[in-house]
Amino acid sequence: MTDIPSDASAAAPSTGEEGAAPRARAGTLAGDGREAVAGARSGSLPGAADPAADRAAERRRARRSRRYRRDVKWSPYALIAPFFLFFIAFGLFPLLYTGWASLHRVELGSPTDMEWVGLRNFSRLMEDDFFWNALRNTFTIGLISTVPQLLMALGLAHLLHYRLRGSMFFRVAILTPYATSVAAATLVFVLMFSRTDHGMINWALGLVGIDAVDWQNGDWTAQFAVSSIVIWRWTGYNALIYLAAMQAIPNDLYESAALDGASRWQQFRHVTIPSLRPTILFTCVVSTIGATQLFGEPLLFNQGASPTGGSDHQFQTLGLYLYEQGWFNQHLGRSSAIAWTMFLILVLIGLLNWAISRWIRRSS
Amino acid sequence: MRYRTRTSRKAVVLAAVAALAGGLLAGCAEDSGGDEPGGSSGGGGGGKGKTTLTVGVFGAFGLQEAGLYKEYEKLNPDISIKQNSVQRNENYWPALLTHLSSGSGLSDVQAVEVGNIAELTGTHSGKLMDLGKVSGVDKNAYLDWKWQQGTTDDGKTVGLGTDIGPTGICYRKDLFKKAGLPTDREEVGKLWAGDWNKYLEAGKRYKEKAPEGTAFVDGATGVMAAVHASGKEKFYDKDGELVYKDSPGVKEGWDLAAEFAEAGLTAKLQQFQPSWDQAFSNGSFATVTCPPWMLGYIKDKAGDKGEDQWEVAAAPKPGNWGGSFLTVPEAGKNKEEAAKLVAWLTAPKQQAKLFDKRASFPSASAAYDLPEVKDAKNPYFGDAPVGKIFAKAAEGVPVQPIGPKDGIIQQYLADTGMLGVDQKGTSPDKAWDKAVKTIDNALDQ
Repeated sequence: MTDIPSDASAAAPSTGEEGAAPRARAGTLAGDGREAVAGARSGSLPGAADPAADRAAERRRARRSRRYRRDVKWSPYALIAPFFLFFIAFGLFPLLYTGWASLHRVELGSPTDMEWVGLRNFSRLMEDDFFWNALRNTFTIGLISTVPQLLMALGLAHLLHYRLRGSMFFRVAILTPYATSVAAATLVFVLMFSRTDHGMINWALGLVGIDAVDWQNGDWTAQFAVSSIVIWRWTGYNALIYLAAMQAIPNDLYESAALDGASRWQQFRHVTIPSLRPTILFTCVVSTIGATQLFGEPLLFNQGASPTGGSDHQFQTLGLYLYEQGWFNQHLGRSSAIAWTMFLILVLIGLLNWAISRWIRRSS
Repeated sequence: MRYRTRTSRKAVVLAAVAALAGGLLAGCAEDSGGDEPGGSSGGGGGGKGKTTLTVGVFGAFGLQEAGLYKEYEKLNPDISIKQNSVQRNENYWPALLTHLSSGSGLSDVQAVEVGNIAELTGTHSGKLMDLGKVSGVDKNAYLDWKWQQGTTDDGKTVGLGTDIGPTGICYRKDLFKKAGLPTDREEVGKLWAGDWNKYLEAGKRYKEKAPEGTAFVDGATGVMAAVHASGKEKFYDKDGELVYKDSPGVKEGWDLAAEFAEAGLTAKLQQFQPSWDQAFSNGSFATVTCPPWMLGYIKDKAGDKGEDQWEVAAAPKPGNWGGSFLTVPEAGKNKEEAAKLVAWLTAPKQQAKLFDKRASFPSASAAYDLPEVKDAKNPYFGDAPVGKIFAKAAEGVPVQPIGPKDGIIQQYLADTGMLGVDQKGTSPDKAWDKAVKTIDNALDQ
């Protein structure tokens, strides 16, 4: 009980400072402007004797203040404009154009040659076994990667929340997988999950007397292997998010819980978890989005980077199927329809998240 | 003072915006830079200025590595050549397709792999120059089938052949000896001459006394591809109809490869994967179908340990595996000069040089009598007369109709079909149905 409060209270002021700093800065900025106006007004005072000069000064003053007002009014837009320009060019336009392309028969060989097919690209997905297979795989891989990942992250964050010797080192260490490239990590995992006796995991299994597993060719083993890459890469990242949220939980809650005789575990369940609820929801949403778009890991897990996701399509995700249709089979229209379906699935998940978070807020 | 900080802050923001916008423009400009190959010097026709020709290739194509660009620049002081290389053809080809249809981003010369040439002649021939009429290009100097592959139905030759890949069989002498098979390349060739079934028989003989931990071939997918390449007909018939489901040649290859898998003669490997590479250095299989360009690959992967262990013999039936073409897009600024360059690069003499330096086997049969090819020996492969072996194979390669989706069909037949038979023990019939379903889905627009 002694560790947590001291750590939390040490952290609390620092977050307070962080929060206050922007406000203070905003204050000086506003003050800055006011003084500048005052300076301009006082500068015109000496010319009051001459009416013409006065009028000119008046006009100048009006112009300046108009310019200033315009500045205040419009420059924020100018400042955020670059983001929106980029967003329109690289976000909105591709999104809309993909939607347009999904209503056509478009082939990669001649992308300008479009033939209207209405919703056929979507309706054919309904009876496309490969699409359903990919959707199922995306779901199962998402489940077996997200759930253990978030549980482990929660546990790790809890451990890191204790005052540890070299806590900085551990915090940096758990973030390192996140900093590695997908390609490099996946290629190492491919070697580890190798079918032959050279594979590190099969070697370790052999030590405890389990026969070598053909990881890539089994349905579940392949999905487990792909998930393990995701888990390895993202657990530390989520742990840090949880840790930050934990440090913001007021100390008094733990103190009063302790006074009521709550054990460590009870404190974790009844104080930490409820306070983390919004954070947990956030990580769930982010991980779900990540899982829906899973692409690099399953692509590279197939040796030779073939987009089929194994000889049985056993680990072909939606992202991979989209890529296969568009860039391998060269059907851009069909591929666009898959992309839009993925987008709609994500919108659905977003709505679900919104509903759940409202329900949580109400019930608490 | 304050005012100045404000302006300077503004200036910083402006500068940042400008930098971002500049980056955006530069980003776009970079791509369009290819639009006008040698843009700055493109007007070189006017006099002294040099013309820069760009050549778009994939992988380690070899023209630059063999010093052919330098030689051409020496012969033509007004020309300088720049190469744009993309590592993998899977990335190079889709980009080339979009560039061709938009008419921008093209190099003056574009290389095309044989797996894509039918799609090119079928759908994009209008955007490419007819190279058959360029002076110095002699149709009779080339193998007829290679010339036909680069020519459209109405006789426009849009691609001139560079190299081809006539196949032989590379085998390990030491493993053959231990298994009680002959080791001399002539005798080994006779072991299976003319019939893939004899190759299977040799495999079964090998298995009886196989050295521990070795298999007869690398994998079933490799065998299937080799048999398919050697048939009279593959996935399309001569009218361009897709017939792979009923083609006897395709069935023969499928069945034979499945028999290899079911008889346990394969090392269950997929070609060009890390585990395949490792197997070369571990010596875990005894034979592999090999075109000339693979000899260098084997030497690389097998290393010093494999020195003098590998040999090349004739294949049961030779086929063609790989090879490329050079094309000149109409949209290029310097297409006359580019065509001259292509004619020179694909002439028999230069092809022989390319073989000497890079083991890319000439598609110009006239090169087979040149000393670089005729007398070529490969020291790593026990001084095998590779020039003669592969020239003989090249003349035996069947004239096989090729189609626009050959590459996709072949890959799916292997990846979603035969690979399952080989690695997971799926029944061949079930695997065939699965592969056909995947191919049908892939070809349906």
